[in-house]
Amino acid sequence: MDAPILEMKSITKEFPGVKALDNVTFQVIKGEIHCLVGENGAGKSTLMKVLSGVYPYGKYTGDIVFDGNVQQFNNIRDSEEAGIAIIYQELALIPDLTVYENIFLGHEVQENGLINWNETIKQATQMLKKVGLDVNPAAKIKDLGVGQQQLVEIAKALSKNVKLLILDEPTSSLNETDVDNLFVLLRELKKQGVTCVLITHKLKEVIDISDSVTVLRDGQTICTLDASKGEVTENALVKHMVGREIDNIYPPRENKASDEVLLEVKNWTAVDPMLGREILHDVNFNVKRGEIVGFAGLMGSGRTELAKSIFGNPDNYQVEGDIFVKGEKKVFKHSQDAIKAGLAYVTEDRKGDGLILIQDIKQNISLANLQEIAHRSVVDDNAEIRVAMNYKDSLSIKTPSVEQKVENLSGGNQQKVSLAKWLFVKPDLLILDEPTRGIDVGAKFEIYTIMNDLVQQGMSIIMISSELPEVLGMSDRVYVVSEGRITGELPIEEATQEKIMHLATTTH
Amino acid sequence: MSFVQDLQKVLKENIREYGMFIALFVIIAFFGFTTDGIFVSARNISNLLNQTGYIAVLGVGMTLVIVIRHIDLSVGFLAGFLGAIAAIAMEFWGLPVWVVIPLTLVLGTFAGAITAFLVAKMNIPAFVATLAGWLIYRGAILVVTESTGTIIISNDAFNAIGNGYIPDLPFLANFMPGTHKLTILLGIIATILYVISAIRDRNAKKSYDFEVLPQEIFALQLVFVSALFVGITWLLSGYNGLSWTLVVVLVVTIIYDFVANKTVLGRHIYAVGGNPDAAELSGIDVSKITYAVFMSMGALTALSGILFASRLQSATTTAGTLFELDAIAAAFVGGVSVSGGVGKVTGAIVGALVMMSLTNGMNLMGIGISYQYIVRGAVLVAAVIFDVATRNQGK
Repeated sequence: MDAPILEMKSITKEFPGVKALDNVTFQVIKGEIHCLVGENGAGKSTLMKVLSGVYPYGKYTGDIVFDGNVQQFNNIRDSEEAGIAIIYQELALIPDLTVYENIFLGHEVQENGLINWNETIKQATQMLKKVGLDVNPAAKIKDLGVGQQQLVEIAKALSKNVKLLILDEPTSSLNETDVDNLFVLLRELKKQGVTCVLITHKLKEVIDISDSVTVLRDGQTICTLDASKGEVTENALVKHMVGREIDNIYPPRENKASDEVLLEVKNWTAVDPMLGREILHDVNFNVKRGEIVGFAGLMGSGRTELAKSIFGNPDNYQVEGDIFVKGEKKVFKHSQDAIKAGLAYVTEDRKGDGLILIQDIKQNISLANLQEIAHRSVVDDNAEIRVAMNYKDSLSIKTPSVEQKVENLSGGNQQKVSLAKWLFVKPDLLILDEPTRGIDVGAKFEIYTIMNDLVQQGMSIIMISSELPEVLGMSDRVYVVSEGRITGELPIEEATQEKIMHLATTTH
Repeated sequence: MSFVQDLQKVLKENIREYGMFIALFVIIAFFGFTTDGIFVSARNISNLLNQTGYIAVLGVGMTLVIVIRHIDLSVGFLAGFLGAIAAIAMEFWGLPVWVVIPLTLVLGTFAGAITAFLVAKMNIPAFVATLAGWLIYRGAILVVTESTGTIIISNDAFNAIGNGYIPDLPFLANFMPGTHKLTILLGIIATILYVISAIRDRNAKKSYDFEVLPQEIFALQLVFVSALFVGITWLLSGYNGLSWTLVVVLVVTIIYDFVANKTVLGRHIYAVGGNPDAAELSGIDVSKITYAVFMSMGALTALSGILFASRLQSATTTAGTLFELDAIAAAFVGGVSVSGGVGKVTGAIVGALVMMSLTNGMNLMGIGISYQYIVRGAVLVAAVIFDVATRNQGK
């Protein structure tokens, strides 16, 4: 067995209240392609941030041995100097600069403080040749495709004499040809002695390219599999990724879904004009009255985009397809129209587009339905307080007063305020986007109980969730989304973590 | 807790709100002292309030513009341009004043709609769109006054807006001579209304078990504000009484304060400022709110132009120069937040008073214009530093 280029020993990283990494061991052999896999939140990104110095030495416990030496990185520059380069999912290139400017950004070819542009272009051309990218080095980044941009990132890493190249979800925005090209290049680099770590969700790719695989789950190393021994199979990967016991934190509920179809979406397609490509492809689904429908999938699979494009389309996607509410065809030009039709959408990003943090609880709760507590457009302050206090009691929002600013509340209580705001519009259908992200187990249980109460009262719920146990524990029916497509529909009796994971990693 | 401890706690928690009142008080005391009392004489205070009028109404509109995270640089020359249009309409077209004033307000609103169109529909940053407006309206003033130069306004009713005072009660002519009885009467009514509404508000809050000011502090606040009302009333009544300018400013303030705090529209404006994405998803049409705010800014700009032209009794080629910066300064001194969503229209009135007091006081002290600019700039920076530093204090 060859010598390891990287050893991370007993790495533990704690955030307030959570152990993100718990005694993780991660070993990469020199010259191999090593895949790092795991569910969302398993700790992959945190581990890479520890390695690259984003979390500096001293903010974690454990040892990093790279290239035979114990390393103490204080920032990204330190790790780059040691020969580690990370290429993130969101590329860190500057769109309006040229290819060669980007490649040498931060380590310009200079003499006496002046940049030698001729030498820069010459070296950039060599780098581009090395990664097999045939573009003019003077072209601007924004005129390149995503796949080409990724190769520029790799060229940039190579220009810094990288020994260990880490790619975080490199294929998530690439088409098939680009993926093939990338893999050819990675194999080529391997021959030249560059070691590569690949973080990915797509099991097909893992099987295709990896020499070995490390599986993380809940902040712990589960196992390392060796491809040459035939250990890397789809079934083995899925089993290790999801093989956790489902805790009994889901309150029981009878399935009382009626046959009445409340919402039906047909042939729904959306193009994001910013990305210039289709992000939702021919999506069809329905929701019945009194039903909780789970939307499972990996992060970035298009579920939030689906919900937003239906809920008044605030991001101005070009959408096609039909929405029927209670059998009636509807067109939602603005979230106003969707609210009027009986829909409500509790966003994934509470702080970003859910709540107004600088305002107090009562103002946040009343915001989407001010007309209800206004007479001739003058808000009745007392009615507003009564409404807020009702929800404070019924959802047990823990706060000294409804005049408390929302930014001072814990994540769980913020989520309850968000929920209260949308319950106050008295919807027929509640869309919950990652309803329990970032909140503790106790608050989760409370949210689940509220959801059960709501459907018992005849409301319908769409629950978008990346946590498989939650999907299985709460849904009556599950749709699985992958790359903007619905890849499967499962009644809850037939749904298992393994089946959902297979469908969620299905690629076209 | 003792009274003093209570007072300290209340002051600390509400330092943001009380800060500018304290600043205004310090400035008045300072100039009162350095000018041997001339600054606080009835004549000077009355003059100061009238001078503040055209900036105060701009500050009110600007506050809402900044609350929704935009800016309007065009208001200065737009005010000058609309003042010139009003003068031309009266002097050359012979239109009566009761047509000219509404016409000017409509034109201002329309100009605001154009800005809103550029910002909300064409997605041009407000800074750029209104900088273009700044240039265009500056040119427009020169165009319309090219042949005439300064236009003298001869209409007495129009000129009274900037120079006149409300009439006194005729049947009390012999009672308390030398004072303005109607002004005193209005001042007393306003004080009573304030006390009643403050007590009502406190009782309502108490009934919901909300935190209210301790009894003694609340009483102190009532006494202090009432004394301020009565004091200003007494001063003004000793010198011609309430001016029409002040009436206009008070009406604008009351309307805007009501709309901002009590109506659905006001709530939507602050929601858009606090988090436009969340507001949009909550069913609020952000683009409509943008239109509403810029159109109101336009209307207030027209009002400002009328006040200024009326005060000078003429329309000049340089009218409106630097108004926009005074208005922006008034809004920031008044506590509007740079990051949007926070700011009171009443704050802008106090802010405008602070800035105008500085100018007026330094004039009386005989300080040159060059140093005046430097002092006002320093005060503006201090106000914003204070705002940023106290942002996370208290509630």
